[in-house]
Amino acid sequence: MKKTICIILSAVVLVGLFSGCGSSGKETPKSKGEVNVYNWGEYIDTDLITQFENDTGIKVNYKTFESNEQMYSVLKQGGVSYDVIIPSDYMVARLISENMLEPLDYSKISNYSLIAGNMKNLVYDPDNKYSVPYMWGTVGIIYDPKVVGEVDSWSALFDPKNSGKILMFDNSRDAMGIALKYLGFSTNTTDESQLNQAYELLKKQKPLLQGYVMDQVFDKLESGEAAIGPYYAGDFLTMHQENPNLEFCIPKEGSNLFVDAMCIPKGAQNKDNAETFINYMTATEQSMKNSEFIGYTSPNSAVKNEIDVDDYSKSIMYPDDAVLAKCETYTNLPQATLDYYDAVWVKLKS
Amino acid sequence: MKKKYTGGKIFTALTYIFLYAPIVVLIVFSFNSTKSRSVWSGFTFEWYRQLFTDDLVMSSLQTTLLVSVLASLTAALIGTFAAIGFYNMKKKWRSPLLLINNIPVVNADIITGVSLSLLFVSAGLIMGFELGFGTLLIAHITFDIPYVILSVMPKLYQLDRNLFEAAQDLGCTWFQTIYRVIIPEIMPGIINGLLIAFTMSVDDFVISYFTAGSSVQTLSMTIYAMTRRRISPEINAISTLLFATVLILLLIVNLREERQHKAEKIKEDLLEGTV
Repeated sequence: MKKTICIILSAVVLVGLFSGCGSSGKETPKSKGEVNVYNWGEYIDTDLITQFENDTGIKVNYKTFESNEQMYSVLKQGGVSYDVIIPSDYMVARLISENMLEPLDYSKISNYSLIAGNMKNLVYDPDNKYSVPYMWGTVGIIYDPKVVGEVDSWSALFDPKNSGKILMFDNSRDAMGIALKYLGFSTNTTDESQLNQAYELLKKQKPLLQGYVMDQVFDKLESGEAAIGPYYAGDFLTMHQENPNLEFCIPKEGSNLFVDAMCIPKGAQNKDNAETFINYMTATEQSMKNSEFIGYTSPNSAVKNEIDVDDYSKSIMYPDDAVLAKCETYTNLPQATLDYYDAVWVKLKS
Repeated sequence: MKKKYTGGKIFTALTYIFLYAPIVVLIVFSFNSTKSRSVWSGFTFEWYRQLFTDDLVMSSLQTTLLVSVLASLTAALIGTFAAIGFYNMKKKWRSPLLLINNIPVVNADIITGVSLSLLFVSAGLIMGFELGFGTLLIAHITFDIPYVILSVMPKLYQLDRNLFEAAQDLGCTWFQTIYRVIIPEIMPGIINGLLIAFTMSVDDFVISYFTAGSSVQTLSMTIYAMTRRRISPEINAISTLLFATVLILLLIVNLREERQHKAEKIKEDLLEGTV
C-alpha cells in the first residue's frame, strides 16, 4: 500500500515539476503584464506568439474559438475579459452596434498605415474606429474539372447533372449567401421575397447534395468522394497540394469577401498591451509569416509583393480587382432576418 | 446449441469492432504522412514531432494535466472523509444524502457547467474575481468528488465494524485510528476513485468550457476550436498518447484488483486450513 502512495505522490511531484518548468521557461526576463487573446482555432503561426513574448516581455494567454457565434456568447456571458478578439466582418458590426467594442487608439498602432487601402473603412466598421484587419479571403467553388467540367457560375452547385457529387456549406449564412448571389441579389438582403426565393432554391438543391459539410470538405474533395463544393480560397490551396486535379473559381455572379479583424472588447484589462499586440501582428514581417502559415491573404499591402509563394497560389490569394469588385462583405443582419435564417435552416436540415 | 454459440461470438466480435474501429483508425492516421484523413500516403512520426513543438497544444495539455491531478487529489481527500462521514451516519440521513451525491453523476454536464458558470460569474462580480484557473479547478473538484465517494463507500461497507473499536482499545487516538487503520483498509477504493476522477477530469469538455475564463484553455477546448479549419493530425497523435495513457492506467487498476483478489483468496484458504 505504501508503495502505491509513494508512486502516486512522486507522479504528482513530477507533473508539478514539469508544469513549473513549462511556465518558468516561458516567462520573459522583464515581465510587462499580459494580454488575453481570443482567436479562431488554427488561425495563427504560434511561433509569432513566442516571438512577441520575447520581443515585448508581454505574456500572451492565447485561447481559441470555433465560430463567431460561440465567441459572441462567451463575451455576452461575462466573467471573462479578453484584450484582443478576432471576429469576422459581420460579427464586428454586431459588436459595434451593441456597444461591446473599445475604440482603438490608432496612434499606438502605427503599422495600420501598411494596411491596403481597399481593406480600410469597410462596411462593417465604416469609420474604422474599432478594428484592424487580420486576414481576408474569398469564398469560391472548388471542383474537379475532370468530373464536372469547367465551372464559372454558382449554377454548377444546383445542376442535376452533378447530383450526388455536390457539397454545401453547413451554416445558414454561407449557404443562403450562395443562393442569394446566384439569384442576383445582395447577400445582405432583408427582403422577404428574395429570401424566400433563396430558400426555395436550397430546398430544390438538397436532394442533389452529398451533404452539408464544414471541415469534412477537405477529405471529401481530396479523396475524390465528392467533386464540387464551395469553400474558402486559402483552404483550397491546402487541398490543391493533396489533389492537384482540383481547381478554384470565384463565380461570375460574385461571391463573399470575408475579413477577420482584430478588435478590443469593452472591459479589456490590458488595453495598451492589446494595441501593442495588434500593431505587432500588422507589421509586414509578421503578417507575411502568418499568411504563409495560414494560407489566407494578409491585408498588409507590402506582403503581396514579398510573400514567398508560387504564382498559382498568389493568383488564388490575390484575385483581380474586377473579380473582387463583384464580391460582397457580410454585414450584421437585423434580428428579424436572423430569425428567418434560423427558421429556414432548421427546415432545410430536418 | 452450437449454432447459437457462434452467433454469440460474431455478436461479441461486432461489438468490439464497433467500439474500437474508430480508435484504430485514429491511431493509424496519426502516422499518416499527409494531412488527409482518408488516404494513406506513408508512415511518419512528423505529427508527434510537431505536437511537442506546438505551444498552444502543449500549454493546454499542461493545463489539463495540472487541473486533473490537483482536482482528483483534492477530490480524493474530500471524498474519502465525506464517505467516512456518510458511513457513520444513521441510515435515515445516509440514504437521502447518498442519493443527492449521485445526482451530479447522472446529471447532464451542460447543466453542471452552466450553473457553475453562473455561480462563478455572479460571485465574481460581488467578490471581484474573474473566471480562470481557480474556477476551473473548483469546478473539476466539484464533479470529481461524487466518483470518489461512490468508489470508497463499498470498501467501507466491507470493513469490519469492530476494527474501529479494536484500534481504540489498543490505544489509538481518534486520528490514529483513521490514519493507521481505516485509511489503509479502504485504500484500494480511494485509489480507484482517484483514477476515475482523474480520467473524468482529463475527459471533460463541457464543464471546463463554461468555467475556464479568458486565460486558460484545456486540451479538449483546443481540439474543439480546431473544427472550422481542418483538424491537424497532431490531434490524432495526442489522442493516441492519451488513449495509451488511459489504457495503461486501466491495466494498472485491473492488475491491482486481480492481485488483491488473489491475496484475499490465499488469506481465506489459510484461515480455513487452520480451522
